[in-house]
Amino acid sequence: MTTPLLSVRNLTKHFARTRGLFGGGGDTVRAVDGISFDVFPGETLALVGESGCGKTTTGRAILRLIEPDSGEVMFDGHNVLTLAAEPLRQLRRKMQIVFQDPYSSLNPRMTIGAIVREGLIIHRIAEGAEADKRVGQLLEEVGLRGDYVGMYPHEFSGGQRQRVGIARALSVEPKFIVCDEPVSALDVSVQAQVLNLLQDLQRDRGLAYLFIAHDLSVVEHIADRVAVMYLGRIVESADGAALYREPLMPYTQALLSAVPVPEPGAKRERIVLRGDAPSNSMPKMGCVFHPRCHDPARDAECAKILPPLEEKSPGHVAACIKRPPVRNSA
Amino acid sequence: MTGPLLSIENLRTYFYTDAGVARAVDGVSLQVSQGETVGLVGESGCGKTVTALSILRLIASPGRIEPDSRIVFEGKDLLQLGPEEIRRVRGNRIAMIFQEPMTALNPVFTVGDQVAEVARVHDGATRREAWKRAVEMLDRVGIPSADERARDYPHQMSGGMRQRVVIAMALMMRPALVIADEPTTALDVTIQAQILELLRDLQRTFGMSLLLITHDMGVVAETASRVVVMYGGEVVEQAPVDRIFASPHHPYTEGLLAAMPRLGSARDRLLTIPGTVPPPTEWPSGCRFRDRCSYAWERATEHPALSEIAPGHVSRCHLAQEPQRRLQPHEPLAAGRGAP
Repeated sequence: MTTPLLSVRNLTKHFARTRGLFGGGGDTVRAVDGISFDVFPGETLALVGESGCGKTTTGRAILRLIEPDSGEVMFDGHNVLTLAAEPLRQLRRKMQIVFQDPYSSLNPRMTIGAIVREGLIIHRIAEGAEADKRVGQLLEEVGLRGDYVGMYPHEFSGGQRQRVGIARALSVEPKFIVCDEPVSALDVSVQAQVLNLLQDLQRDRGLAYLFIAHDLSVVEHIADRVAVMYLGRIVESADGAALYREPLMPYTQALLSAVPVPEPGAKRERIVLRGDAPSNSMPKMGCVFHPRCHDPARDAECAKILPPLEEKSPGHVAACIKRPPVRNSA
Repeated sequence: MTGPLLSIENLRTYFYTDAGVARAVDGVSLQVSQGETVGLVGESGCGKTVTALSILRLIASPGRIEPDSRIVFEGKDLLQLGPEEIRRVRGNRIAMIFQEPMTALNPVFTVGDQVAEVARVHDGATRREAWKRAVEMLDRVGIPSADERARDYPHQMSGGMRQRVVIAMALMMRPALVIADEPTTALDVTIQAQILELLRDLQRTFGMSLLLITHDMGVVAETASRVVVMYGGEVVEQAPVDRIFASPHHPYTEGLLAAMPRLGSARDRLLTIPGTVPPPTEWPSGCRFRDRCSYAWERATEHPALSEIAPGHVSRCHLAQEPQRRLQPHEPLAAGRGAP
């Protein structure tokens, strides 16, 4: 059994929401509410869910771009949440992030050469002619031309900019990259190019990804394992193939059935959920999903018992009291 | 009335910018019949939104709808109408649903007021009468306790609820044609499923025609009966929905379908279209897709016309005349140059 590269335990981040002119009467948004997961070297764990489920906050809290309230994040033997500023800075060389919006994540006043070079200089990986050479290689590795170094972000298309963002993340030779919706702002044909690039880089460099996304068809393509989030919690997690073949949690079932299928006239049982996701500031009783649950087994217990995330079949965990847990073969 | 409800003929909408003339829509012809749903698909910059805005004459300077373009709706050429006449068409006979419901709604009025305003402007309804109709329509589009929620401001509603309000505004006058520009793109997938179901249901009840603009082939497959594919400001393929998916003809349509990740498909590499859409100021001469095409040959320098492939199926590709070329795919020109 290999040891995880990243191990997250009970990660929690609540935001205080202020109401009124003087911030009185505010309540708490439980953006991330005690989640735990592992990422192993060289694998892709996808974190999926709809807007507001806490997936982006999770990605940022791991890197401490947002300071989490509590929990533990172990990365490569270091306790990330207790590190002082300087050791944290050094650790960030190993853990990088690629952002969703390639338009706002690149400084418009810097050439793309300078953007990719910055990390090399800060982390004293290379300088001078050696750094120039590395920048050229990195741009070529992500499928751009090495002689693009003097150009500015606005001269590039969305897909090209996302490649620059990837080259910037790669420049410091990380082991792990948080990919926060890296293709959702891109057109279909360009999205496919960037997904293939991420897969190639993973294979060539042995990278591990935490792939944050809302698009389940994209996730099926790229993920080894998938964790589904709903209102700040992981409600189901399994090997990608198992989760898509046999989703256990009613929310995951609804999410999968809602994906439009590009086959005209395809007969499908679509589960159309009632209502919107309730706000995650609501005090919680019972299962977070029960007000929208469509499962025939749903009953009064669901509103009372907070379902534990337990193993329902080997390697497949789900938070639903109406699904029997796995029996020990002993 | 005979003939299609909407008939666009040789629409050209150009933008006169400092970077040159952007030929955003460059000779588009398409029809929408009574009660039909037409899917207008393509990627960013293909001209699908500008086509929609041209129908409603919402093109502002430096944009211009070029002479000789025709947009015939209910027997009248919309491009010949005066400002007062076109205002009577907008929101009344033709309504539009935009992508981002938050920006389509006014933040300082209640949603009920905004829906009611449509009836007051177009029907001269009294305040009380308009409010009553607004509440009925909000209820019809699935807003729970509509009489109370009508008093909400847009920011008090979720994205899905706001999109329902926008749909209620669009349907208030029972328009003959609704243009929906990426109506579910900003929404979560479970909410998207609700909104698409609502649109299908409303269309059946009110018998309106729907021009659905989207980049999502999945949404098209589930909603449209006919599909128009745009690339580089032109229509490149048009066919009934099942034909587009079963036997796409144009290499761009083929590439678009292959590049889509699909649920349940094997976890392998996605096929891609190399290169990127050229800017509208610099469409290549001849075939606009040629640098990205795996079949292009010498003839690509000649601009292809739309050819009939089967009844109701047309494609702007020289392969219609030389189908044997499809057997010799090669690396597209764009693949050799730095990537997109």
